[in-house]
Amino acid sequence: MIGLEHYLVVAAALFVIGIFGLFLNRKNVIILLMSIELMLLAVNINFVAFSSFLGDLVGQVFTLFVLTVAAAEAAIGLAILVCFFRNRGTIDVEDVNVMKG
Amino acid sequence: MISADIQIVLPEIALAVYAITALLAAVYTVKDGAASLLVWLTSGIFVLVAAWLMTNGADAQTAFDGMFVADSFSRFAKVTILLSAAAVLVMSEQYMVARNLLRFEYPLLVVFAVVGMMVMVSAGDLMSLYMGLELQSLSLYVVASLRRDSVKSTEAGLKYFVLGALSSGLLLYGASLTYGFTGTTLFSGIMAGVQDQPSLGLLFGLVFLISGLAFKVSAAPFHMWTPDVYEGSPTPITAFFATAPKVAAMALFARLMFDAFGGITGDWQQIIAFLSVISMFLGSIAAIGQRDIKRLMAYSSIAHMGYALMGLAAGTALGVQAMLIYMAIYVTMNIGTFAFILGMQRDGRPVTDIQSLKMYAKDQPTRALAMLVLMFSLAGVPPMVGFFGKLYVLRAAYDAGLAWLAVAGVVASVIGAYYYLRIVYYMYFGEETEKLDAPSQPILGAFLIASALIMVVGVVNLFGVEPIAAAAAAALVN
Repeated sequence: MIGLEHYLVVAAALFVIGIFGLFLNRKNVIILLMSIELMLLAVNINFVAFSSFLGDLVGQVFTLFVLTVAAAEAAIGLAILVCFFRNRGTIDVEDVNVMKG
Repeated sequence: MISADIQIVLPEIALAVYAITALLAAVYTVKDGAASLLVWLTSGIFVLVAAWLMTNGADAQTAFDGMFVADSFSRFAKVTILLSAAAVLVMSEQYMVARNLLRFEYPLLVVFAVVGMMVMVSAGDLMSLYMGLELQSLSLYVVASLRRDSVKSTEAGLKYFVLGALSSGLLLYGASLTYGFTGTTLFSGIMAGVQDQPSLGLLFGLVFLISGLAFKVSAAPFHMWTPDVYEGSPTPITAFFATAPKVAAMALFARLMFDAFGGITGDWQQIIAFLSVISMFLGSIAAIGQRDIKRLMAYSSIAHMGYALMGLAAGTALGVQAMLIYMAIYVTMNIGTFAFILGMQRDGRPVTDIQSLKMYAKDQPTRALAMLVLMFSLAGVPPMVGFFGKLYVLRAAYDAGLAWLAVAGVVASVIGAYYYLRIVYYMYFGEETEKLDAPSQPILGAFLIASALIMVVGVVNLFGVEPIAAAAAAALVN
């Protein structure tokens, strides 16, 4: 029997992979965008699992909002990335370093 | 029912409709030709909406089954946000025209960000909180990289986007845990479900929510995006980042803590006190080595957020009142300081190096004096209004039994005074260097002088902000 905790563990694992992807990745900014997406989808799994477990629809409504916002976020992220690539000629994470910090 | 709800959110709807209409109208007609007009029109509308909110009744109303709360707390924050956004727009117009930066999207993106902020401070549900926050953040990512042909500006946008998205992810994860362990996303429902002994899952949710919000207010240790974004963005946009979004995020922080987690004050109090101490010290110490005035203002804002969080950490109505007064003073000081920074140029090119201010007082005694007042006020030197802002939060922390936090705040402010006074030192005693251009924009001068005057004259009664902030705090904490 698959219970609530199984879903929560999967979501937590995906979320942590997403965070590690953001911090450990030294290669490509596109991978950062993928990591962000992974984090948001992990949250969605959480919401849907809780929603089904509680028998309450609000969690699924929240998921739809998150999906929509994630799409808008990806669009804006890619747009900024294209501008950055035009100026810098590279999208390596190591080259995002004109300003120190 | 629905018409009563819409009546309550009318200011937000009006602003959103204005932004969409103006966007469409400008796209299909003169495009960037309308940019200057739109800047003035938008700031006019901001002032009108602020006046409209101020004349609204003082009673608390909720719309959409509690998802949206309009009370005197949200009204205070909204008026501060609208007025500071209007001031920044007016200040940025000439600067951006001179550098061929002014596009018609800029004022409209600011409107969208402001609508997001207004939803944030009125949020009564995790969903409206998230939607408001994202509307604000997505607009801010775009304005940060407004100068599309500059590596610095696009890099600032990219960094802001990545770390902002991370913070939204943390916040959402916290929201999902909170929802799972209380069974509702409504703040009032969470409040009812969370009493004395919260479950471990809920505490995790609370910690994630706080970390996500700490990113947005740029509190240490979640501050790393701030200096780069402040330095890389065009200066008028840095001025915007330093004012309205900070007020909105701080108000949202207070709203979430008191409306949803007001039953477990002891649990979040210590986390926020920790964030506050780290921010104050990091902001004060890291700013010492900065040579770029925009980076310096970034660290200054981190330190100031530490003080504002101190008011929140007190967990009392007095603390919230102190926080609101502090934010109002902080925004006024920052508008004046950025009016000065926007005017710093040599041969028509913007200069942000602190060293270029050497002996500024000899050329421009009035402006140097105004900047001196603002720097003293930012540092919290007694006769200025900035001192009273600090005094309020320190007193609130002390009364709430956080004497150690108040002492840490005093120590940090002494350290922080060094870098503010260094700017004053350069202006009055440095060796002669190449001169900056004479100021050419009377609007900037007017904002600078007005802000400095407020810092001196406001000592009398703080322009009556105190009772209004007290009423706002009473609406939140009960």
